[in-house]
Amino acid sequence: MDFAFSEEQELLRSSVREYLRDRYGDERVVALAESDAGWDPSTWKELADMGWLDADPSSGLGLLEHAVIAEESAYALLPAPWFSTVALAWPLLDDALRDAIGAGDRSATLATHGSVDVSDGGGSLSGVLTLVPDLTSVTDVLVVAGDGVYAVEATPDVVVPRSTMDRTRRLGELRLDRTPGRRLDVDASALADVRRRSLALASCEAVGVAQRALDLAAAYTKTREQFGRVIGTYQAVSHRVADIFVVLQLGRSLAYWAAWAVSEGDPQADVAVSAAKAAATEGAVLACEYAIQAHGGIGFTYEHILHRYYKRAQWLEAFEGYGREHRAAVAAAILDTEGALA
Amino acid sequence: MDFRDTPDEAEFRARLRQWLADTLPAGWAQRTPSPGRWDEAFTREWTRKLYDAGYVGLTWPKEYGGGGAPHTYQGIYLEETARVGAPDHIGVIGLGMAGPTIIAWGTDEQKKRYLPPLLAGEEVWCQGFSEPGSGSDLAGARTRAELDGDEWVVNGQKVWSSYAHIADWCILVVRTDPSASKHAGLSYLLVDMHAPGVEVRPLRQITGDPEFNEVFFTDVRVPRDSMLGQPGEGWNVAMTTLLHERGTLGFALTAALERQVFNLIRLAREVGADDPVVRDQIAQQWIDLQALRFTNYRSLTALQKTGVPGPEGSVAKLHWSETNQRLTKLALSLQGLASQLDADGGVWDGYWQYQQLRSRGNTIEAGTSEVLRNIIAERVVGLPRSR
Repeated sequence: MDFAFSEEQELLRSSVREYLRDRYGDERVVALAESDAGWDPSTWKELADMGWLDADPSSGLGLLEHAVIAEESAYALLPAPWFSTVALAWPLLDDALRDAIGAGDRSATLATHGSVDVSDGGGSLSGVLTLVPDLTSVTDVLVVAGDGVYAVEATPDVVVPRSTMDRTRRLGELRLDRTPGRRLDVDASALADVRRRSLALASCEAVGVAQRALDLAAAYTKTREQFGRVIGTYQAVSHRVADIFVVLQLGRSLAYWAAWAVSEGDPQADVAVSAAKAAATEGAVLACEYAIQAHGGIGFTYEHILHRYYKRAQWLEAFEGYGREHRAAVAAAILDTEGALA
Repeated sequence: MDFRDTPDEAEFRARLRQWLADTLPAGWAQRTPSPGRWDEAFTREWTRKLYDAGYVGLTWPKEYGGGGAPHTYQGIYLEETARVGAPDHIGVIGLGMAGPTIIAWGTDEQKKRYLPPLLAGEEVWCQGFSEPGSGSDLAGARTRAELDGDEWVVNGQKVWSSYAHIADWCILVVRTDPSASKHAGLSYLLVDMHAPGVEVRPLRQITGDPEFNEVFFTDVRVPRDSMLGQPGEGWNVAMTTLLHERGTLGFALTAALERQVFNLIRLAREVGADDPVVRDQIAQQWIDLQALRFTNYRSLTALQKTGVPGPEGSVAKLHWSETNQRLTKLALSLQGLASQLDADGGVWDGYWQYQQLRSRGNTIEAGTSEVLRNIIAERVVGLPRSR
C-alpha cells in the first residue's frame, strides 16, 4: 500500500506550479476573467509545449498526472479550456482531433444538455444544447446526438455566450441549424469513462480551490490585527481555519483515491468518484465560505480574489450533480446490494 | 500510488482472516451487536490467543517481542479484526501509549522489563495524565513526586483513567520540581498500581458504565529509576505518548468506524430505509468513513517514510469523533420512540443507545476537539498561539 504520488508526479507538480506562478498571478487571472474572451488563447500553445495536452499513449500523461494538473491549475484559477478538453472531451476524441489538440492547434468541450436532430445521412445537426463548459474558448465541441457523438466546429455563428458566475469557466449555448458535424467512432463505454474522469478531476480541482482558500485565510489571519492582537490568536477565528484544513485533507484523500480508482479501473471507481465529488466540492465551497468570513468585509468585495474561488467551488459543486445526487448513488450501492460495500 | 496489498501483505491478510474465522466463537461476526458489558475474562483469554499467534505488537522491534513488520501490517490487522468485530487486546493503553513511549524513551533494561509482559497481556497499563484541576492543560499537573533516598514519593490525584481498575502499571505525569517553570517541572514515572498507597475509585459515565476511574496516590514509593527520560523531561516524554495516541489510534478509529457503518447499514435494512433523506445521511456516513480511511492511508504512507505519525492524526481523530456522534444519532433516529428503550425489548437490546451516549465522550477523550483544533491551527497551519 502506497498512498503518495511518485517522484515523477511530484516533479510534474513542481513544474506546473512554477509555470502558473510565473505566468498566472492573481492580477493576470483577474484581468483575463474580466475580459470579453475570458482567457488568453496564446496560452494553449504553452500548455501543449509543456505536454499537458499530449495524448501519445507512450509519452502522454495518465489520469494521475492529470489529477496533479487539475489540482494545481484550479489553485491558480488558470483560465483556459484545459478541464473541458482533458476531462470532458478526451475519451471521445478521434486520432485527428487528438493529435491537433496535442499540438496545441485545437481544443474541445462536450455538450450533453439538450436534444439534437441528425439529418442528411448523419452529417448535419440541428438543435439547442445548453450549459456547455468553455464553449466560447474552444475550437471544437463534441455533441451527443442519438446513439452517436459528433464533432462540430465551435464557430461564432453557433455559439451563444451565457453570463456565468465563474468568469474563468463560462457556460455557453450551442445553437445548431443544419450545422455540419463529423461522426466520431466512439465506444458506448466512452461516455461512462467521461463521467468517471470528469468527476475525479473536478474533485481534484476542488482540492486546489480549497487549498487556496486555506492559504488565503491563513495568510490573512496571521497578519490582520484587531483589538490589538492578530486575529488568528482568537479561537473563534483559528478554529474555523482549522476546519478548512480538515475539509481540505478529507477531500484530498477522497479525490486522490477516486483518481487512482479510475486510472486503475478499480471495481469501486464509480462509488469513489461519487464520494469524492460530493465531499471535495462541498468541502471547497465550505472552505471558501469560511475564508470569506475570516477576511471580514474585504473578503466580501469584488476586488478581493476570494470570490473567484468561491464561484469556481460552486461551479464544481453544481457540475454533474450536486452532492445529494452522488449520495443517492452511494446509497443505492451500499443499501440496495446485499453485502456490497459494507 | 497503489492501494492494493503486496503479495506478502495479501498472504498475511489471508492467514489472519482464516485465523480469525477459526478462533472466534462460532457465529461471532454475524451476531447482532449488543451493549453487553465488557467481559474481562473473555478479553484476557482472547488476548492470550492473539499473542500466541503472533498478532500483538506487529510493528514493534523484534528484540522486545514485537513482529518488526511495516506499519501496513498493523493497518491490515485492524481492518480484518474490525471486519468481523473481533475483541480488542486487553492492553489498549499499553499498546497504543505506554509501549511506544517506552520504546522511544526507555533504557534497554526498561524495554526488556516492561514490553514483553505488556504484549502478552500479562501486565495491563493505564494512563495518569489528567487531574481534576488540569484536563486539557496537562502542563498544569500538580501530582507531586519528591525524592527520598532512592525512591520517589508520590502524592496526588489523577482522573479519567481507563482500565486503572485492572491495571498493573501506570504511566504517570508528576511534578518533581515545583520551582521550575510549568513544563520544565514535570517528570514521567512508571508506577506499580499494586504499590501501597494507590487507590482506584471507579467513575460512572453518562452510559452508566464505570469505564474509567479516579486514582489517588498517597505516599506511594516508586524506585528512582522507574522514570522515562530524566527529571524535568516529563513534558517531552508525554508529548511522545500523545503523538502516538493520536497517530496510531487513527488506524483503530477507521476500523471502529468501519464496523459502525456496517452496523448502521444492517440496522437500516432491518428497519427499512426508503426515505431519501435517511438514505442521503447514511451515504454521508459511508463517505465520511472513506475520507477517514484514505486520510489514514496517507498518514500511514507518511509514517512509513518518516517513522513519526504526522499531524494528520489530529484530523483523523477530530473527524472520527464527530462522524461517530452523527452516525449514532442517525441510528437512534431510525428507531422512532423505541430509540428510548435502552435494554431488553429495545432494538438490539440497547446497543445503539449505549453507542450514542458513549460517543459524546469521543470529542473529549484523547484531546478535546478544541485542543485538536488548536493543534491544527497552530502547528499545522502555522497560526500564532492562542494562549
